[in-house]
Amino acid sequence: MTTTLPERDAAHDDARAAAFDAAVAAEERIEPRDWMPDAYRATLVRQIAQHAHSEIIGMQPEANWISRAPSLRRKAILLAKVQDEAGHGLYLYSAAETLGASRDELLDKLHTGRQKYSSIFNYPTLTWADVGAIGWLVDGAAITNQVPLCRCSYGPYARAMVRVCKEESFHQRQGYELLLALTRGTPAQRAMAQDAVDRWWWPSLMMFGPPDDESAHSAQSMAWKIKRHSNDELRQRFVDICVPQAESLGLTLPDPELRWNAERGHYDHGPIDWAEFKQVLQGNGPCNEQRIGQRRRAHEEGAWVRAAASAYADKHTAHQGAERNGAAA
Amino acid sequence: MSGARPGNPGHHAALALGDDALILAQRLGEWSGHAPELEEEVALANIALDLLGQARALLSLCGDEDELAFRREERAFRNVQLVERPNGDFAHTIARQLYFSTWQELLYGRLAGGTGPIAALAAKAVKECAYHRDHAEQWTLRLGDGTEESHRRMQAALDALWRYTGELWQPVEGLDVDWDALESAWRAGVTGVVTRATLGVPEGPQSSPWAAGAGRQGVHTEPFGRLLAEMQHLHRSHPGASW
Repeated sequence: MTTTLPERDAAHDDARAAAFDAAVAAEERIEPRDWMPDAYRATLVRQIAQHAHSEIIGMQPEANWISRAPSLRRKAILLAKVQDEAGHGLYLYSAAETLGASRDELLDKLHTGRQKYSSIFNYPTLTWADVGAIGWLVDGAAITNQVPLCRCSYGPYARAMVRVCKEESFHQRQGYELLLALTRGTPAQRAMAQDAVDRWWWPSLMMFGPPDDESAHSAQSMAWKIKRHSNDELRQRFVDICVPQAESLGLTLPDPELRWNAERGHYDHGPIDWAEFKQVLQGNGPCNEQRIGQRRRAHEEGAWVRAAASAYADKHTAHQGAERNGAAA
Repeated sequence: MSGARPGNPGHHAALALGDDALILAQRLGEWSGHAPELEEEVALANIALDLLGQARALLSLCGDEDELAFRREERAFRNVQLVERPNGDFAHTIARQLYFSTWQELLYGRLAGGTGPIAALAAKAVKECAYHRDHAEQWTLRLGDGTEESHRRMQAALDALWRYTGELWQPVEGLDVDWDALESAWRAGVTGVVTRATLGVPEGPQSSPWAAGAGRQGVHTEPFGRLLAEMQHLHRSHPGASW
């Protein structure tokens, strides 16, 4: 009897794995209660958590300008945007929780550097125009990455992406419109816009991740239909979209090798500084310490508030329970 | 001080209420990225946005909203001193919000029954104020009746800000309100929440003898100048630019 059990389990696992593969192949959605390979679950938890972390760390470079926004209309737009990002973080942590992770545990991994967030948020926002460049380029790159995720094989993630992408597209248009106002403004405003785009262009291209031949997780993620396009494909798509937009803004992109390639039907671009990318990912970018430090501080300084909320909830749940019991007696 | 038209009492009132909302929105915006949990990032930004919306509508009744927000000096701002107080810890932010939102909801509720543009704005804003007051009440209860530490911090915050509450019922020119009745309604509301939160209503004076109504006359506390320096710097660096 003891010898037959493992065989029966193995056969059962094989059947479940086959059903999973068939569902993925048929473009069906995998839902939280469905069986899934452990590695699929682990990959998704990592990716969704890092996506959530990016939303909440990404609040910082923009929040840096809320108090200084140059008009009340722009201040309101920026406040709403940063609020949306906190909301995206919440959706995404909920999606990760459907896979059995907990928000506290994921935040702990962020705070201790065991999980990463997008490299882009380690760059500083030095002028008001950076807020526009982030909207146009950084949100633009994020959308290019995330729109295919709306068809991701894992249902809760795909559905979160639908909501996130709608709001992100709105932010992206606002960022573009902010830059447009600057490029149509005074010479100083124009120079501010160009300087911001010069500083954010290459880091935005790095958001698509390493080149295809160096991307560790790509092949498996594509097979599982978590990922739909390669890093380089998405990067190319983004470049092709941005070049005409830069032209209509009247801004240049800081790449002397950027030119239309009629043969390929795409823009060619110059080489990306992957050494810089690696440095930023390893924690040596301009703001890594500041970003994670602020996040940790907010969490630590908020500990007494969270403790108060849960102590209150405990008391009052116990209290209500006692009242109910009293009424029943 | 273009556009402020101090001779018109309606404008005077819109400026006072608009400045209250603008300055508190500025303070709440400082929480962004620093809140104790993600839900509070959303809530505080949400309240800041509501207040900023109110400020824009009210200031627009007096002139150009940006001209008024970014080009007036400290002495020309008419907000109560309560809203300019630094955020402090979360309990200070909540105490400030409890005092202010309770007052704002009561005041706007009364103004909404009147006529004219401020009445129309108040009728819309009073729903937002009710939400803000509820948020502050819920946190006052949790902090007051939470842990020993949160109880201590919440009491300290209520005590520290108490001396700025007297200004809330200094009559504002152009607002037809029974200020004494407003004061008793505010006191009853705040006392109810504070008591349920197992806290004590502070006992000291609600304004220093020399500070009664000071904010409304453009006399502010020291941190306010720095708030304006930060808020106005970029706008002032590019005179005449549009954004």
